[in-house]
Amino acid sequence: MADVVVEQGRLARAARPRKKSASLRHVMGRKSTVAFFLTLPLILLIALLVLYPAFYSLYLATLNKAMTKFVGLSNFTFLFKRETFWMVVKQSCIFAVTAVIFKALIGFIVAHFVHNIPGKKQRKWRGMLLVPWVIPPAMSTLAWLWLFDPSYSAFNYTLSFFGVGPIPWLGDAFWARFSVILVNVWYGAPFFLIMYLAALKSVPDQLYEAASIDGANWWQKIWHITLPMMRNIIAITTLFSLIVTFANFDIVRILTSGGPLDQTHLFATWAFQVGIQSSDIPLGACVSLFMVPILAVAAVFILRDVNKRGNEA
Amino acid sequence: MADVALRKVVKRYDDVEAVRGIDLDIADHEFIVLVGPSGCGKSTTLRMIAGLEDISDGDIMIGGDVVNDVPPKDRDIAMVFQNYALYPHMTVAENMSFGLRLKHYPKAEIKARVTEAARLLDITDLIDRKPKQLSGGQRQRVAMGRAIVRNPKVFLFDEPLSNLDAKLRVQMRIEIKKVHQKVRTTTVYVTHDQVEAMTLADRVVVMNKGRIEQIGTPNELYHKPATRFVAGFIGSPAMNFIPCRLEDVGGTLQIRLTDRIAFPLPPARATRYNSLPRSEKLLLGIRPEHLTESHAHLGPGVETFDTVLDVTEPMGMETLVYFGLEGTPICGRVDPNAGAKDGAPMRLAMDLNNMHLLNDETGVVL
Repeated sequence: MADVVVEQGRLARAARPRKKSASLRHVMGRKSTVAFFLTLPLILLIALLVLYPAFYSLYLATLNKAMTKFVGLSNFTFLFKRETFWMVVKQSCIFAVTAVIFKALIGFIVAHFVHNIPGKKQRKWRGMLLVPWVIPPAMSTLAWLWLFDPSYSAFNYTLSFFGVGPIPWLGDAFWARFSVILVNVWYGAPFFLIMYLAALKSVPDQLYEAASIDGANWWQKIWHITLPMMRNIIAITTLFSLIVTFANFDIVRILTSGGPLDQTHLFATWAFQVGIQSSDIPLGACVSLFMVPILAVAAVFILRDVNKRGNEA
Repeated sequence: MADVALRKVVKRYDDVEAVRGIDLDIADHEFIVLVGPSGCGKSTTLRMIAGLEDISDGDIMIGGDVVNDVPPKDRDIAMVFQNYALYPHMTVAENMSFGLRLKHYPKAEIKARVTEAARLLDITDLIDRKPKQLSGGQRQRVAMGRAIVRNPKVFLFDEPLSNLDAKLRVQMRIEIKKVHQKVRTTTVYVTHDQVEAMTLADRVVVMNKGRIEQIGTPNELYHKPATRFVAGFIGSPAMNFIPCRLEDVGGTLQIRLTDRIAFPLPPARATRYNSLPRSEKLLLGIRPEHLTESHAHLGPGVETFDTVLDVTEPMGMETLVYFGLEGTPICGRVDPNAGAKDGAPMRLAMDLNNMHLLNDETGVVL
């Protein structure tokens, strides 16, 4: 009898870990658990490269210039009082909005042309038109810098034949803003082109044929068929490009370094100047943090529209 | 409404001729069905009538006017596509009224026409839905509604029922017929389904390899096919073709199918085929419904023979029996109570009054 009790106790003790390991196996076997572990490396990478710097810059923004004392929000209130800050806000908005509008417009128009090129030729054109996007922007911007040179550039030389110029491309506030936007449009339009081309290919030809029979001309087809069918992709590419353009650094840094008289500074270039070049890292962090609420508002508006349409469909 | 005429219409894609000079006259109010296998040029012909494909040669006329170079929007036609081609971002009402809105019709008239078409097609409750919220059959109705509201000269249907399941296809087929009875607009309908063609059409145009094989009423095509292609294409299961030859035995013309099976021809057929050379390679065309079980009271011209069945397919109202005659697979239709069984011998009766004789080389029905 005693033997049996001992046996039963041993059995009971043995069964408990088995039950535990079974439930662990069950948890491990769940799709969501597997998915979590598969994405864990990426989550860790994002945490390391994005979240840590983000929180660190939040922390930095609350320190004094020597980074020795906690000053709360006084860096922010200081910025609000500076005229240059508001100029940078205005310039960043003008730069981002104008560049994105032109990139989207040019991308849309060229995508239509490329879409109508038959077969193999289309592949060649697609490849060629993507060149600006695949060249490292620092390198291509250097080429643009030479093109904009007031004395020896190809632009002013060509314009001289028409009795125009010389134009101070990077020396005058208006032309300097024009130039940085132009280079950004040149660099970014191929991204829109390729996204819109993919979207155009997904619109069934029969919709256009039905519209032709319904009496639509080419413009009505674009307005009533193409644009509504591409609305989501337009919204998402616009948002994506708005974020990237708003945070642009390299083009302005290489072409104008924010000049003349800070009139082409964007958030990123001004933050660099204030934080690194003027050795006020907390104020630089503070400037760069201002991009977050502006972009967040834009993201909420654009993505809300995408979600709404997604639910309708 | 208007008549449609095609004169020597050709469509070439590089070196390939998809449509090879077809002539077709479609009368006002007529329901014409273009039928044929994939790649026969039927859809291309329809798209040329619509103006969605350029014509390589020939003329297309709608209401007496040559429309070769007239864009689709000015041809006053409406088309229903295979995959409906409804605008996914528009509601049913917006889809139906799109053409009218582009032409700046008064709002009241647009509303009246859409309401009337929706009532006709029984989709009044769906008017505010988007295409994704509709079933296949409902989408098909909306596509038809979009065509009807425009009150065009010609309706063009491009395999409109192909995406529907079998039951819904039958239902929609009847709906289309009812709509045509009410609206009476000239209609050109493309399908590869011969049942659709036979049930819907006033006249059927059978196409093959870019050419018209035969134009006729469904009954004409069924009973008097002009070629082997038409004979084989129209009717389900398809007509049997059995190699045969004619021979004279004791002053009677008879048809020999195998060494042991030969039948005397009925007098009418004998007169018709008497002038044919006896050496000519021929095919006997006989539909499965004219190969039935033998019974005691067979009429004149119905001949019996014994065979062993390979396979039987009980269909409920009939049983299809399959057997071979010297390697040629044959299908017959027998009564479900006739005792047909797989691998069993059976005596069958062939109704030679409904036979067709074809030239084996040219495929022409003699």
